[in-house]
Amino acid sequence: MSRVRADEEEYWHSSKFRAFTFDDEDDELSQLKESKRAVNSLRDIVDDDDDELERVSWSGEPVGSISWSIKETASGSTGSLDGRDSSLQKGSSSYAALPKPASSYSLSSLFKGRNKLSSFQSLSDALTDTGVKNYAPELRRPRAEYKDYSSDWSPKDTVRRMQRGKVCSLERFRSLQEKLVLLDEAVAGHDGNVITAVLIFLKRTLRREILFRELEVRQVALCHLIHFLRETGEQKFLLDLLRLLFPLSLQLSQYREHLNIQDVEKRREFLKGCIGLPFSAEDTSHIQDHYTLLERQIIIEANDRHLEMAGQSELFRKYPRKASILNMPLVTTLFYSCFYHYTEAEGMFSSPTNLKKTFKIPDKQFVLTALAARAKLRAWGDVDALLTTKNWLGYTKKKAPIGFHRVVEILQRNNAPVQVLQEYVRLVEDVETRLNLATKYKCHDVVIETYRDLKDRIQLTAYKCKVERGSAEEEKINSILSNMVRNAYS
Amino acid sequence: MAAHLSSGRVNLTALREAGRRELREFLDKCAGSKEHEVEKMFTLKPGRLPPADVKNIIFFVRPKLELMDIITDNVLREERGRSPLRDFHILFVPRRSLLCEQWLKEQGVLGSFIHREQYSLDLIPFDGDLLSMESESAFKECYLESDQTSLYHAAKGLMTLQALYGTIPQIFGKGDCARHVANMMIRMKREFPGSQNSIFPVFDTLLLLDRNVDLLTPLATQLTYEGLIDEIYGIQNTYVKLPPEKFAPKKQGEGGKDLPTEPKKLQLNSAEELYAEIRDKNFNAVGSVLSKKAKIISAAFEERHHAKTVGEIKQFVSQLPHMQAARSSLANHTSIAELIKDITTSEDFFDNLTVEQEFMSGIDTDKVNNYIEDCIAQKHPLIKILRLVCLQSVCNSGLKQKVLDHYKREILQTYGYEHILTLNNLEKAGLLKPQTGGRNNYPTIRKTLRLWMDDVNEQNPNDISYVYSGYAPLSVRLAQLLARPGWRSIEEVLKMLPGPHFEERQQLPTGLQKKRQQGENRVTLVFFLGGVTYAEIAALRFLSQMEDGGTEYIIATTKLINGTTWIKSLMEKLEPAPF
Repeated sequence: MSRVRADEEEYWHSSKFRAFTFDDEDDELSQLKESKRAVNSLRDIVDDDDDELERVSWSGEPVGSISWSIKETASGSTGSLDGRDSSLQKGSSSYAALPKPASSYSLSSLFKGRNKLSSFQSLSDALTDTGVKNYAPELRRPRAEYKDYSSDWSPKDTVRRMQRGKVCSLERFRSLQEKLVLLDEAVAGHDGNVITAVLIFLKRTLRREILFRELEVRQVALCHLIHFLRETGEQKFLLDLLRLLFPLSLQLSQYREHLNIQDVEKRREFLKGCIGLPFSAEDTSHIQDHYTLLERQIIIEANDRHLEMAGQSELFRKYPRKASILNMPLVTTLFYSCFYHYTEAEGMFSSPTNLKKTFKIPDKQFVLTALAARAKLRAWGDVDALLTTKNWLGYTKKKAPIGFHRVVEILQRNNAPVQVLQEYVRLVEDVETRLNLATKYKCHDVVIETYRDLKDRIQLTAYKCKVERGSAEEEKINSILSNMVRNAYS
Repeated sequence: MAAHLSSGRVNLTALREAGRRELREFLDKCAGSKEHEVEKMFTLKPGRLPPADVKNIIFFVRPKLELMDIITDNVLREERGRSPLRDFHILFVPRRSLLCEQWLKEQGVLGSFIHREQYSLDLIPFDGDLLSMESESAFKECYLESDQTSLYHAAKGLMTLQALYGTIPQIFGKGDCARHVANMMIRMKREFPGSQNSIFPVFDTLLLLDRNVDLLTPLATQLTYEGLIDEIYGIQNTYVKLPPEKFAPKKQGEGGKDLPTEPKKLQLNSAEELYAEIRDKNFNAVGSVLSKKAKIISAAFEERHHAKTVGEIKQFVSQLPHMQAARSSLANHTSIAELIKDITTSEDFFDNLTVEQEFMSGIDTDKVNNYIEDCIAQKHPLIKILRLVCLQSVCNSGLKQKVLDHYKREILQTYGYEHILTLNNLEKAGLLKPQTGGRNNYPTIRKTLRLWMDDVNEQNPNDISYVYSGYAPLSVRLAQLLARPGWRSIEEVLKMLPGPHFEERQQLPTGLQKKRQQGENRVTLVFFLGGVTYAEIAALRFLSQMEDGGTEYIIATTKLINGTTWIKSLMEKLEPAPF
């Protein structure tokens, strides 16, 4: 298309004006029903008054037709929104605000001729010259579209026209005042397509400081611009904007960028930069933690990869790592460190206690994670130690901040032997839960003892059939039962 | 084929026909002939277009930039590659976008398209009483991006509806988005004074409801049959994909040789008699209907033994196709019900539901919940956690700062710090927030609107609360109270809910004013801006069917949602982890 419009382009490049037009390359008439075509074709003959045409189309065509609404939005507000970047304008033909009807007209006539030969369907097609643009969409622009340029539309009218996908030159709005009214009108119309179009125009014709200043008090427009910049990848402009305007959510928008950085070192650097941004106090601490975590992970990863490659650590040989620890969540990292680095001194970055302190991991979370890791390694001694507390007199006591029923679940999931399991089942406080768990995991001793304590002869007798005949457990039940009888009679 | 669209009070076939006509006109233009034979349909994806012996290729797309990249790739490969030359066309649904076309232009492919047009398919008929815009990001755009383009489309869609079904004389609304849409409708009408059409109005009332007014309902687990199918398997465009095992043809002697591996795909709409009957029932009431049906059908098949005369046999045979269809429908739904039952009887489903119901009835909403903590510790899916935490927040008019901070910390530490972006989105949308002013309005709202009903009848419901086994969806309660006794009775509560409430009247020419027959029901169009759940639809259908209800409802929405899809639409898209 640029080829054909060379003359226009030349004009615009040599002039001090820059074109900005929402022109309609497509002939909306072509979308109307055939029956309507005859009426509308008058438009090309009689000087069309847009509003009048509009009235016809909105007014209710015969039932069952929605073509009025099609027309309404139709032929979409399209066109050249040149000026994302002036460099773009070159190849991509910035449309002229004042095209030359003569040339395009004659070109389209040419196509018309060709068209006639090939695929004209009916006379009505010919009348509305629908076919023309089918074959030369880039070349032809209906004559009717140009005539409006001289007319002096208010920003309101302009926005409405754009909503309807009509030709509109925004160049006419020169003063800041006018431009802002235009923007406010667009925002009031709620049509994102038009808001974005106006913003692109403002972005190109206003100085940054002024644009930013005005957007600050126009949050809706601001959001649209940010969205546009993000979609089109204009990072630099976006960052400038964010740097100047500081609503909290926008800070996060900068933080979000880290997700696009693949290289961990660069990502870490980027996160470090984010810490300084004015987040809310609470968000700052999370982002600080994120940075610290990644920093740790980089150190741990380098170290452990080396260890694993060297092949001298039995742990890594026996349980090769499934994935790198980089970019994993904190709890996953803690699990990893409980798995591979459990016994390390607190001074080491990779030690679980160090992680716990640095990130203020709550006791519950820590025990849960450590338990899962040690149980997976079947390190039952560690499990025992983890749940044992010593008071200042040296007495030891079993304690589980997560509740012993959870301990049992975790151990069971890791196929702990019954001897280990029943020790913790026994510690479950709620009798019913204890009985349930004990029965489920066949911790016979615990079941028997619990029934004994409950003095429940019936259940105990019933349980006899669940244990093996002649086993120690059966023996135990029998002896308890006879004891109970004796006690009952004594 | 689309008989189900005309089964309701309003014949939606007219809308469908209008949509088809518009598409045909476009096809006419591209093909230059009256034939519309589509050779092949492809899903848009990058790479080379699959081979097909055609001249015209039409891209049928939403105006989204990421889709433009795919199209560019397709076109460039096609043009670089083999002959013969194709004609490309692009049809944007529902509107052309400057951005997209500019994008195509920059990629140097804009000129390759002979026709670039839009197909203003705003509202798509899904069933006899249901229309959807299928705009999944509408809520997100309105509340996170301050982009109200979807509302503009909603207003457009309503104008189209009015062109086909007459001007709607009364408009009610609640919420900011509702206000915007009503304003746009009024303006569109005013700007085109000739738009007064001469169609007798089919709808009496339009009720515009902003999803923001009722954030609670979508978060709760739907307990109707259709709602559960959607919660568990996800219904997309009225289709559901199910695990195939339960649908294996039962033939003896095959020994499970040919177990199907492809998911079973079923269409779900009111065209299927049995489905229409059970879709809106509470799941606990579905089993008895299915077994009753089974008895009827086997009795019908037994009839053959009684058929003695040729005439009787002939009659039996003529009924066979219908009976066989009924039998296979019954078999399908029995299988689906079994699948669902496996889940609803699981311990975790029960625990989850218990917590939801506690929150909704106002129990312990102001402290950290043990079940939620346990779920985080066991790393249950993040969306499940977010649904519960948001539900708690909404049922407490915001969480105490300490509780909120605790949840946030646990979530970030367990699922990754980058989710701070998602948490922030949820806060912005009002789903998760600190309680301000120390006031919890929810109990007042709950009591006044009777949102929690202790004595719920799941089998023979007498109130809409059956759809959530106790909780009556707030949105539908608002619709119900609007019809009778009117919103004036709940002014106080309406003020507690976000956004304005309003009433507008559109003048009708005298000839078109309705004279209602004795006992004739009013028709209300309820438009959910920001999405609607199947359970809410079920509740509205229940109201339509109430004997002395006096109102029938048609439902329109920007998108059919459930808690999971809704939260997902608000989550920040994170790059997939590299492993």
